[in-house]
Amino acid sequence: MNRDALPDTLLDVQALDKRFGGLHVTRNVSFHLRAGDRLALIGPNGAGKTTLVNQISGVLEPSAGEIWLRGENVTRTSQAGRVRAGLARTFQITTLAPHFPVQRQIELALFEREGLTGRLWRSMDSYPALQAEAQEILARFGLQAHAATPTEDLAYGEQRLIEMALALALRPKVLLLDEPMAGVPKGDGARLLAALDALPRDLAVLIIEHDMDLVFRFATRIVVLAEGAVLADGSPEEIRRDPRVRAAYLGV
Amino acid sequence: MNTFFNILIDGLAYGMVLFVIAVGLSVTLGLMRFVNLSHGAFAMVGGYCAAWLTREMQWSFWLAVPLAIATTALLGAVLESLVLRHLYRRKELDQVLFTIGLSFVLIAATNAIAGPQVQLIVLPPLLAGSVDLGFRTLPAQRLLVIGAGLAVAAAAAWTVTKTRFGIWLRAAVDHSGTASTLGIPIRTVQCASFAAGAALAGFGGILGAELMPLEPYYALKYLVLVLVVVAVGGMGSIAGSLAAAVLLGTIETASRYLASDWGSLFFFVAMAVLLAWRPNGLLSGLAKR
Amino acid sequence: MTTHYAPSAAEAITQVPTSSKSVAAEAPHCAPAWRAPFIVLVTGVIACAIFPDQLGLIARIFIAGLFVLSLDLVVGVAGLATLGHAALFGLGAYAAGIFALHVHADPLLGLAVGILIGAIAALASGAFLLRYQGFTFLMLTVAVSQIVLNLVQKARDWTGGDDGLSGYAMAPLLGRFAFDLEGKVAAVYALVVLVVLLYMAQRLVHSPFGLAVRGIHENRARMAALGTPVFRRLWLLYTVAGALAGAAGALSAQVNAVVGTDSLSFALSAEALVMLILGGAGQLTGALVGATVFTLLHHTAASINPYHWLFVVGGLLMLVVLIPPVKAWAWMRRCAGGAR
Repeated sequence: MNRDALPDTLLDVQALDKRFGGLHVTRNVSFHLRAGDRLALIGPNGAGKTTLVNQISGVLEPSAGEIWLRGENVTRTSQAGRVRAGLARTFQITTLAPHFPVQRQIELALFEREGLTGRLWRSMDSYPALQAEAQEILARFGLQAHAATPTEDLAYGEQRLIEMALALALRPKVLLLDEPMAGVPKGDGARLLAALDALPRDLAVLIIEHDMDLVFRFATRIVVLAEGAVLADGSPEEIRRDPRVRAAYLGV
Repeated sequence: MNTFFNILIDGLAYGMVLFVIAVGLSVTLGLMRFVNLSHGAFAMVGGYCAAWLTREMQWSFWLAVPLAIATTALLGAVLESLVLRHLYRRKELDQVLFTIGLSFVLIAATNAIAGPQVQLIVLPPLLAGSVDLGFRTLPAQRLLVIGAGLAVAAAAAWTVTKTRFGIWLRAAVDHSGTASTLGIPIRTVQCASFAAGAALAGFGGILGAELMPLEPYYALKYLVLVLVVVAVGGMGSIAGSLAAAVLLGTIETASRYLASDWGSLFFFVAMAVLLAWRPNGLLSGLAKR
Repeated sequence: MTTHYAPSAAEAITQVPTSSKSVAAEAPHCAPAWRAPFIVLVTGVIACAIFPDQLGLIARIFIAGLFVLSLDLVVGVAGLATLGHAALFGLGAYAAGIFALHVHADPLLGLAVGILIGAIAALASGAFLLRYQGFTFLMLTVAVSQIVLNLVQKARDWTGGDDGLSGYAMAPLLGRFAFDLEGKVAAVYALVVLVVLLYMAQRLVHSPFGLAVRGIHENRARMAALGTPVFRRLWLLYTVAGALAGAAGALSAQVNAVVGTDSLSFALSAEALVMLILGGAGQLTGALVGATVFTLLHHTAASINPYHWLFVVGGLLMLVVLIPPVKAWAWMRRCAGGAR
């Protein structure tokens, strides 16, 4: 069991360390997320933010350290296992099934959530409750007009919305957002921002972002990563005032 | 002991033939990520040219072979620049099927031009006999094959590490986008590498004409072996192809001598084991490349 | 504590300019699973009626169609390019032949044996093969099927080695319909098996499982992020495909009363792949179209000159690859899992 975690800690990262041969990309990183946290992970390019998220979600295996999800040690658990335990993530580079109609892509997430993808006989069209839920999710994100559009034909900003919709469709307890606004021009991001604001209150969210306005508006806590190590961990105000952070971004 | 030595020599020779044919495909795969299943056809064309020049035109072997190789290189360059480079961006399966189709057409064309019979290359008297090494005598042809294979390996290694073209090649393999922004003429590198690979394949077809008879189906018949060498050796790895070719060639030869009723079983078992153990190539654990 | 996913947040997000605020636009929908098999059944019966002296060829088309159908599941639906599929076909053929020769000559029992062996072979080889992807996977499928071929050639006592397996005669189908010289029973038998298995394949592909497998094909990383046990899904699909290939092999063994090592050959695997691409991969019906076209072309052209036939196939292949596969993806947009 986690040594000193508080009872409502949903995600506990302990002394995570990762090397690629001679490259030390994650150095002894520790932090935790509780229900309702909005934690922003920031840092210069190459600091290892996505690598860290990849280890938390199970894409990469850490060289050392542990990851605890809702009281379970998931360090050796597969990606699928972690999703079942309540973790969901989005990707920095949009990762969708390109030819799937949008509604099907959402339905697939729902089928997976309900454990139905092992069913071989009943048609995918014979689950009206899930279809309705998929349509409702699409409506929530303003995409109901695109139900039959292949995901690759959507505008980039709308694809980013689908990324988030898929993660939320899984009803996670912990959500990892890898640069949700990446590549979306400032003006077009309204729907994405609205989606961020509308995230369930008790969901624990970790967000990687470069847009500082968004970070300070959204985050309740900030972890600054530099060269794979945690440089600072605190409230937005503390981080704003921290001289080391300013040095990491502006100096050297 | 005699058998052991025969296996060694024959296996080495066979491996060298496979290497010389395969190395071009390996580089092309590593460089352009282009699965070219018509590569066997280049080996066939080289062999056919040499056969025709030595038999019909009565040219000397030593003149016919360079010309045959040059012709194959030219064919490779033309095919690459006109047709194949448009497929670089396509899916693997598309490339596989297109080049299989191309192979079919080349097989049919070869039959239409030269007929279905096996083509023989006339060897010069120097190569038809044996060489006395003191402790053993070896067929001169085997010695030539082994020597040629080593020479190709050395030349390829030297080109890749010591020449400007080699640096361009390695840069283009590792990161073609960056390479082109640095001013490296990617198209030239691609076309030249492809032509060189075709030339080497042609050379291999000539060297291996005894072991792998030249007839129209050659283009596809031995393709599997070449693909195996490339897969096991690792795409783009010259040293890997050499190691894989020699290792697998020796295993196949040994099984032909010692367990012929098991067919090519050991070859493919070895291949599966090696590939499963090192999916990225035999030497991928060693080189930082 | 449950995380609250209330739809009440919808308002905030939909306060943005959209083209229409209407209810969901035309939603994707799959065609009914029985439609394609029904069409195949009718077409097959008509073909048998119109060409009563070509029933041998027609039966061959049905069997090839079933084999390419099973390949389509692996290549077209799951996206796993394989050049070793003949191993599953051949093992089913040899299993059915050996069963008829040594145990019982009832066709349906033999068919069941072929299906079982095909499934087991796929289960066993898939456990190993599916750990790899791309070119490595492709080459390993070649290795596995060549190993199977060599083992079968070695086991002469059971398989007849290079001479092939023969000397068995099939008992009457269902106890009443003996395999006649014109091939009527064989053709109908093959057609019915094809239609039934096509129906089952359609249902599979229209199911949530089929959708997930297509998802794995289109974007494996996305599926893993959704919580899909990717390996298990592919393994199950591969096993089902093996069962279908085994069925095709068993049919071949029973209809032809002989099994040769060419049923395990690399050439057969490559041929099946060509048939699949000619007809269009991923739609199941394309597999049948490709098998029909290829077999008919081969039948007419091969009699002229085997080499000229290669001109035709080679040219066709290059053509099919060069023309962008608009048809296949347009179809997919209707359903992402079903057929037209």
